Amino acid sequence: MSPVSTASSAAIYDALKACDIRLISALPETWLVHLVRMAEDDPDMTLVRLAKEEEGVGISAGAHLAGVKSAMLMQNHGFLAAINGIVSCAQLYRIPLLMLISYRGDFGERDPWQTEGGAVTEDLLRALRIPYASLDRADQVAHRIRKAQTLALSANKPVALLLCRDLMWEDA
Amino acid sequence: MKRIDALSAIYPALQDRVVVTIMGAVAAELQSLGHRPNFFYLQHAMGLASSMGLGIALTRPERRVVVLDGDGSVLMNLGGLTTLARYRPRNLLHVVFDNESLLSVGGFPTATSTGSDLAEIARAAGVPRTATIRTLEEFSRAFDEGVRAGDLTTIVAKVEATGPSTYVTGLSLLENRFSFQRWLAQPG
Repeated sequence: MSPVSTASSAAIYDALKACDIRLISALPETWLVHLVRMAEDDPDMTLVRLAKEEEGVGISAGAHLAGVKSAMLMQNHGFLAAINGIVSCAQLYRIPLLMLISYRGDFGERDPWQTEGGAVTEDLLRALRIPYASLDRADQVAHRIRKAQTLALSANKPVALLLCRDLMWEDA
Repeated sequence: MKRIDALSAIYPALQDRVVVTIMGAVAAELQSLGHRPNFFYLQHAMGLASSMGLGIALTRPERRVVVLDGDGSVLMNLGGLTTLARYRPRNLLHVVFDNESLLSVGGFPTATSTGSDLAEIARAAGVPRTATIRTLEEFSRAFDEGVRAGDLTTIVAKVEATGPSTYVTGLSLLENRFSFQRWLAQPG
């Protein structure tokens, strides 16, 4: 059994559905496996598997202008890879993005290769003036995702939710 | 073949299509022929015009989408060709104007000038219909065939490395973005 929490993943997925998300772009990583499978198994969801996360910015921008709500699933290293698109597409053109970012490399991280990305994630979000909040517990998930989407749509801006270890990993 | 002549040739066919272009000469030249509310010019984020086209094509299957791309932009997002092919939107026609250079920043040669073949890369990525075009007559024909085919098509049009004298136009980026969104809000 993977220690990735199915209950938390389901809470996140249900929250996205409650926000009328109909397209999810994703580049899978360990913590996101259940979420990607839920999207794949949902006949009412368009799942776009990416080669690189920056593509997801363009896809979400297109979906938004076409009138469809979307979300992006990525690891924090994927967020780093997407930054030019976030700035020069989403921020330049005032496009709302709902980014769900797995927060690797924070306290508790055992994989040495994840540790540098974890150390810069929040500083970069602040530098880019992207409003963000952490999701640590399943009982925060529904209302924080809803409020994040509300701000993204009212401000026409990217927003981020950090999916933390205590939420996503059962032996945290 | 000059890009402006190629754009003139297909301009009437763009009237009722969703059009997403890259920045620089393509955006300025299309606007010089006459801006329309169904045209969106992605004036940065190089590489993402095709991703935006994919996002629109997947969410609005009743609309016909044309992406006007360039060699420099495609080379920045080669992985995007694999994503396009993977989801194979049958309502998306992808035109790549290949002038073998990064014209707007001084004409520095791109890798297509030393043999990299974007139509072959697209084909190998899984795009079902691809072609490399060198003359205006061939381009008009390939575009019409792409329109009629009803399948994902990438047309690489080899064009001269010439462009307009300026890239800044009178259309503000946000005005373009919001009017394009309003146009798309109409039923197809």
